[in-house]
Amino acid sequence: MSAPIDDSTPKFADYAHGDRLVSTQWVADHLDDPDVVVVESDEDVLLYETGHIPGAVKIDWHTELNDPLTRDYLDGAGFAKLMAAKGISRDSTIVFYGDQSNWWAAYALWVFSLFGHPDLRLMDGGRALWIAQDRPLTKERPERAGADYPSVERDDSAIRAFLPEVREAIGTTPLIDVRSPEEYTGKRTHMPAYPEEGALRGGHIPTAHSVPWKRAANEDGTFKSAAELRGVYLDELGLEPGGDVIAYCRIGERSSHTWFVLAHLLGFDSVKNYDGSWTEWGNAVRVPIAAGEEPGEAPA
Amino acid sequence: MSAAADPEALPGGLQEIADDFAALSGPDRLQLLLEFSEELPALPARLAEDPGLLEPVPECQSPIFLTVEVDGAGDGQPAPPDAAVRLFFSAPPEAPTTRGFAGILAEGLDGSSAETVLAVPADLPLRLSLEDQVSPLRLRGMGGMLGRIQRQVREQTGA
Repeated sequence: MSAPIDDSTPKFADYAHGDRLVSTQWVADHLDDPDVVVVESDEDVLLYETGHIPGAVKIDWHTELNDPLTRDYLDGAGFAKLMAAKGISRDSTIVFYGDQSNWWAAYALWVFSLFGHPDLRLMDGGRALWIAQDRPLTKERPERAGADYPSVERDDSAIRAFLPEVREAIGTTPLIDVRSPEEYTGKRTHMPAYPEEGALRGGHIPTAHSVPWKRAANEDGTFKSAAELRGVYLDELGLEPGGDVIAYCRIGERSSHTWFVLAHLLGFDSVKNYDGSWTEWGNAVRVPIAAGEEPGEAPA
Repeated sequence: MSAAADPEALPGGLQEIADDFAALSGPDRLQLLLEFSEELPALPARLAEDPGLLEPVPECQSPIFLTVEVDGAGDGQPAPPDAAVRLFFSAPPEAPTTRGFAGILAEGLDGSSAETVLAVPADLPLRLSLEDQVSPLRLRGMGGMLGRIQRQVREQTGA
């Protein structure tokens, strides 16, 4: 059964799908709700072990959501097995939260969306806000009974973009580059203060607009209001909620954050995350690249 | 077989640490890394009060700073190759993986001779049986720490 939506946070009511967000208070109030599974997804693989929301289970993007051999995600059977082991049912309400302003939580939510899990939500503000509010953490791992989870085929068609499609999209579909300005211009191929990712070339996909993910977030990691988000993505950028949009970053985690904003908070009909992102594009042979601050032209 | 007799063995206390990791199952390896993270010694007050003395490691995904002191180095005088090396790290508790790597280096190399520290192979991060648990990007961060430690040792010994 799905848990009730969070209708106590006025900001959420202004979003297109405000039911996809819950507040830290809502999570605190539902820690014992059997319909709710709280999932922590972090960039740091050990962070959960240092203390997590009581009852929360851990899902690691690297070791659990990726296929160990191919650069791809789990298949339907693998996902069903993972869910069963975590004690998650198809009708569970899953609430994701994590470090780094919820990048990895949004990424996990996006991957779960590929399997069509019905009720997926993010905790606004993530791990940092929970801690800033002096809410409890525990090192105790929850004892969850195994669950039955059906094997549902992963469907990449609606929200996941691959390189050939992105190449076709140049000049026809808006592309959003959510990396830092230094990565967009080609000055560097990795995030400031992050290690070298190993992309051979710097720059961006021609015609892509630079809209760093952070423009959708407040300082405390919560999402900006619906009006502020419309100001950035509709008024300033001129995106149309009815049209297609593709977002990318370096490996698809920051663009999951923007994907969540466009698809759920602003209610765009067709938003895709290009998870190959710059680690694929910046290493691919004979794909066009633009450098500098301007989006650049589509190749003739 | 003693470590010295095996040319492939890691120097200092690192081989024993690598053996400990190798003997564990995947989840227990993470647990051991967490223990190294928790046991990372705090900075002595003289360094904690003057963070400018520490070198940042930008290869790591989290803020970490380190510095190296070789006994007998200073005043323009290089230290001998058998001088003891002291390692100091600073990383926040919300970066446990980075702290864990620092803890391994502290446990395995602090107090070793300069030549021992310089003999650590660059592929150390890949010899800890952590590739399945920790992303390659993170492991590269540990290599960044090791490279900086060895550079500082070379500077202080003239090696």
